[in-house]
This record gives sequence, C-alpha cells and structure tokens, in this order.
Amino acid sequence: MNWKRKDLLGLEELKKEEIEFVLDTADSFREISTRAIRKVPALRGRTIVLFFLEASTRTRVSFELAAKRLSADLVNISSSTSSMLKGETLKDTIRNITAMEVDLVIVRHGMAGAPHWLAREIEPGVVNAGDGCHEHPTQALLDMLTIREKKKKLEGLRVAIVGDISHSRVARSNIWGLTKVGASVVVAGPPTFIPPCIEKMGVTVKYRVEEALEGADVVMALRIQRERQGKNLIPSLREYRKIFGISRERLRLSKPDALVMHPGPINRGIELDPDVADGPQSVILDQVTSGVAVRMAVMYLLCGVGKEAISRQLSAVSKKQKAESL
Amino acid sequence: MTNFLIKGGRVVDPANNLDGVKDILVEKGKICAVSDRIEKDGVRVISAEGKLVLPGLIDMHVHLREPGREDEETIETGTRAAARGGFTSVACMPNTDPPADNAGVVKFILSQAELTGCVRVYPVGSISKGLRGEELSDIGELFEAGVVGISDDGEPVSDSNLMRRALEYASMFHLTVISHCEEKALSSEGIINEGYVSTVLGLAGIPAAAEEVMVARDIILAEMTGASLHIAHVSTSGSVELIRRAKSKGINLSAETAPHYFTLTDEEVRSFDTNLRVNPPLRTVRDLEAIIEGLKDGTIDAIATDHAPHSVVEKEQEFALAPPGMIGLETAFSLVMSELVDKGVLSLEQAVAKMTVNPAKILGLDAGRLNEGADADITIVDPDKGYTVDAERFASKSKNSPFIGREVRGMVETVIVAGQPVLENGKFVLEKK
Repeated sequence: MNWKRKDLLGLEELKKEEIEFVLDTADSFREISTRAIRKVPALRGRTIVLFFLEASTRTRVSFELAAKRLSADLVNISSSTSSMLKGETLKDTIRNITAMEVDLVIVRHGMAGAPHWLAREIEPGVVNAGDGCHEHPTQALLDMLTIREKKKKLEGLRVAIVGDISHSRVARSNIWGLTKVGASVVVAGPPTFIPPCIEKMGVTVKYRVEEALEGADVVMALRIQRERQGKNLIPSLREYRKIFGISRERLRLSKPDALVMHPGPINRGIELDPDVADGPQSVILDQVTSGVAVRMAVMYLLCGVGKEAISRQLSAVSKKQKAESL
Repeated sequence: MTNFLIKGGRVVDPANNLDGVKDILVEKGKICAVSDRIEKDGVRVISAEGKLVLPGLIDMHVHLREPGREDEETIETGTRAAARGGFTSVACMPNTDPPADNAGVVKFILSQAELTGCVRVYPVGSISKGLRGEELSDIGELFEAGVVGISDDGEPVSDSNLMRRALEYASMFHLTVISHCEEKALSSEGIINEGYVSTVLGLAGIPAAAEEVMVARDIILAEMTGASLHIAHVSTSGSVELIRRAKSKGINLSAETAPHYFTLTDEEVRSFDTNLRVNPPLRTVRDLEAIIEGLKDGTIDAIATDHAPHSVVEKEQEFALAPPGMIGLETAFSLVMSELVDKGVLSLEQAVAKMTVNPAKILGLDAGRLNEGADADITIVDPDKGYTVDAERFASKSKNSPFIGREVRGMVETVIVAGQPVLENGKFVLEKK
C-alpha cells in the first residue's frame, strides 16, 4: 500500500491496513538499532522538530534516537526554552518554526486537539506525541508491535487495560488500534476512572479487576497519576492498590503466558507490584525498544521519502518471515 | 422624522393574533394604523409585497462587551449586528469590565447606546457586586438607573441564600432574575458536554447535571419566594423537563434557549473548532430534540442568542484555552426560519412570538407588538431569500460563528427603530440613532 497521510494524529482515523503497514515498516527498522553502527541515511537532509510542551523522558528520547538513526537533522523545543514564555502564541511559534523549512513536527501538548489544530495550520507533517487525555498514537503502535512480536498475532487476543481510563491517552489510542485489528479489549477501574459511554468505542467494562484479568493474553496497567488524589476520584492510593493493583496472585487469573505491559513511568507498588513489573511476563522494556522502531517508521513514512524503498524492504521482510516460518 | 407607509406585506404580530396581508402607517415614530388597505398621499411608501412584516425582534441575552473589551465588540458594532439580524432591541448582560453592578456603568451603557447605538439597548444589572456571588448589588439603584432585569450571567449564583435574597429583593421592583444555571462543583474544569464525544476526545466533560441541579434549585427558590425567575440558555433535556413540571405547578418562571442548542450537537466538536466552544456546551441529539420539544409546547418561552463576541486572537488557541461563546445576532432569525419554521416545528407566529412579545413580557418592556400607538419598531424580512452565512458580511466586530458557510433562508431586509429606518434592503441607512 501507499502511505498517503500528511500527519499522524491518532489511531481513531487510521484504517486497519494503515496500522498494519506502520507495524510492518517498524519491523523492517528494528534491525538497525541492533547494528554496530546504528544509523542509516534514509532521512538525510530532512529536518524534524521535536516540539514538546509537556514533560517527557521516554517519548522524547525515543523520537530523538529514531530521528538520529535515520540521519535526520533534529531541533528540540520545549516550553521552558521557547519564546512562548514571552507570551508568543502556539500558532505564532509554530508558524515561525515552519518558516525555517522543516519537514516534520512532532508535538506533545497537554491539551487535546492541539496537534490537530497545528496540522491544519502548517504545511509540514505533524505527529501527535500525546495530546492531553486524547490520543498517543505512537505509544499504542509500539504496544501493538510488542504484542505482535511476542504473540505473533493481534487478532483474537484478549487485552485488559487497568487503571485511570478517563485520563489516559494511551488507553484511548490502544482501544482504537487493538479493536481495529481484531483484538478484544476489556477496561477495568473504579467507575470514577471509566469515562461515560466508553462501550461505544468497542470495549467491555469491568469494575472488578479479577474479571478483567481472567483469560487475558495481555495485561496493560496504566499509571495512576498522584495528582488525581484529593480530587475524590479514588479515596487513596492505598485503597486503589488493594482493589486494582496487579499482584502476582491476581496475574495468575490471566493466561500463564500473558504479557504484562505498562506505558511508564511506573508507580511501583501502586498499579503494579515490583515483582510483576520485573517478573518473567513483563515486556515493559521491550515496549521501550519497540518505540524507537515505531517512531523511525512513522517519521520515515511521513517524511514521504522512498515509498518504493519501503515496499522493497517489506517484501524482503515478508520473504524472510516466510522462510523462518517454514 | 419621516412618515411612511409599509404596503402589501404579510404582517405577523403574535401579540395581537394577527397574521395577514396589511398595510402599516407610521407617523412621528409611532404606528398610526394597521389595516387591510391604507392610502395616503405625501408619505414615503415602502413596498413589502412577498415580505414578512414583523414587530422588531427582541434579543433578551447579548454581550456587547462595552465597557472593557472594545476590541471584541462595542455598543456601536453590537447594535449594528443586532440590526442586521432584525433585532430592534437587545438586553445586554452585565459582565463587562467594570461590570454593570452600579448605576454609573448602567448610565454609561445607556448614554453610549444613545450616542453610538442604532437599536434600543436595555441593560441588565448584576445580581451581586463585582459578579462575585457574595453580596447583593445595589439593586434599587440599578433599577432606577434603568436595568430591565438582574443577572450574574457568565457566572452562576452558587450561594443559594444569595439567590433567594436576590429573588425576594428584586421582586419589589418587579425585576426578573435571569439565572445562569451551572453548579460549578459539577462543571468543574469541564470543556465540552460530558458524554461519548468527551470520552473520545479526552476533553473534560460538563455533565448535563451541572445545569439541571441549579435549574432545580432555582425553581424551588422561585416557588418559595414567588418572585419572577428566568432560566437563561437552557441546553439539556433534563432542564426542559424540570421547567415544564414547574410551569404546570404554576410557578412564576420563564426560559430561553439559543439557536445553537437546537441546531448543533457535541458531535460537531470533533473538529476541535474553537467556535464550537460555548457555555453551556453543545449537548447530545437527545438534548437537542428535547429543546425542540420544549420550544414547541411552550416550555421554552424565548429564543435569545447569547451573542458572545470573542477576538480571533482568543479563539485561535488550543481548544481548552479558547474562551467559550459564539456570536449569534446576525444568524439567529435565519436559523429559526430554516431549522424551526421550515421544518414545521414552530408556526411562523410561534417563532416570532419567541423573539418579540415573549421576551418583552419577561423583561416588562413595552415592545414587541404592532399596536396602533406603539413605538414603530418594525422588521421586514424576505422569507424566501436563501443565502450562505458569510463572515465578511458580519457587522459584529468578532467573527466567532460556527455557522459561517451554512446555507440558510430568510434575509432581514429592512429594520425600523422608533420610526427611523436603520437598515433598508440589507444596507445601513442610519449610522446613529
């Protein structure tokens, strides 16, 4: 297939084929990060701007490494170093940056819809690296890549997402992505963490974590943001842990080979017990590794280069996979 | 002051149960005669054949932004927008800067209206000093200065006792208390309606209950005090139900809704167009249908615009940062025609009543009717003329309308205020009143 989008804003608008295409492309990029010299010239001469207006370590480093491994030129802007501190509006800041001829802007913003608005305003492509509680498409893609790598498929899997669904962009993007490729998604948390009408997104809701974990192929725990305490969404972190925390004992309700995932950063001992986070079923660090490959794929596709090269590489990958499966 | 004769138009005057082809003679700023056929030499004739001749429309809920935010709207531009929309009277809310919580600001608004306005401006005074919801404004002084109602619009009166006292105190001046119903503890940091769309977009939701809880409270207080209560910008199905029940019990209250609540739903917000951010927020189809039902059965007495101008600078921001509000004066009548009258929801007479005599009654204005001897406030509309809403044509200083580009029907052609043509054939003919 041909990639036709200028932007990657969310998984809600992607078709199943597009999601699979990004995952396939990411698979073909995985190997680069394992080379002695981790760099290819694919995006040489392209300029990518990382525009992060909200705190981030993992996502930012992941995008940065992905760009560098593709030889793109990279500019980093954060709210604390931009002239937005001087009162410049987001619109003016971004228009000035794009006036310097850039190819792709990666945006993280604390407010839903900000990347969508920028995408309409500017010519270069825009990648949503997380907008408020709305979407975080590359996170869901890397989660799906990790699951697909470990389980060799996505269709038919049962995925339990546990935690503050209401405030989670990771949950939303995963719900869109996973349901599109045919996985079944169960979300669990106290009713105060479950947003209204979420069943319409194609998920099942459980208020008992045990029911959500039962028979799960994948258990995804979400970070409980400490700042939610005191807003009466949960009485205390202590009580949350007691009722919803993923312990070794609870994990036994899932399939024996169920994967344990977390988008990070983890509150150890709250949403995940340390022995689960570090246990044999945990793929939390594999997620981080997959992240670089997914972001390389996304940048590569959105910079609009080498579409032929992509299909060549993909056919090589699928030949290799076929050979392996034989 | 010129005298003139409006000939051959379909005169719709709900206050007098009048709907038929009539001539209207205007002399010395007053309506002199309304009759099947009037012949008079030496007066200017305005032909209204094929047109609707209506009492000048009344918008009981606008924000003119002067004093304080003259970059967004002034009394001059706001009243021009009103005239373009067929309104000859507007009631402006007190949340200016400084707010209309004292006679000085009210007098300033009235004098600016006299100097620069082209339609009648009726100030609404604040319920509480500084709109802070703590102490009553000097309501007697506001009344003497000329306010037609009191409201803290933009902010609810969260303190139930303050609301009770406001209702009681205002009743001695026969002033209606206009309530912006929003339980802040429930709306909290909400941006859009709480429902499936807020779930998908990850924007904090404002539940319908935030409005309904306060509508219920105010109904109870209105019953207790017997004072005159008006519920502003009704947006939810539950509010319509509460108001309907209260009216059937004989409680003294009235209600308005705005065109965006019977034309748009929260589904539109998926575009993240900041012109769709408004408070109360756009609700669901179910709510929209209930609003329409409420308009139909008379639960909702008036259609007001809640015209809320905001500058491009403020609207061109992240959705959650853009201030809520949309302009409405210049699109309201066409939306009522296209969405309510054409679709058979309201008869023309019912629709006109909700924009003339009903708001006049609520505010105690001697307006909104075409009686002989009444002030000649008249709006003439071409009901068949369709057009596309065009931001370039707006007289308002702000352009924050979600209806730009929409095809509508019913073009305001001529507007007469106190016997003076302000707009003729869609063009301004009188710069100042």
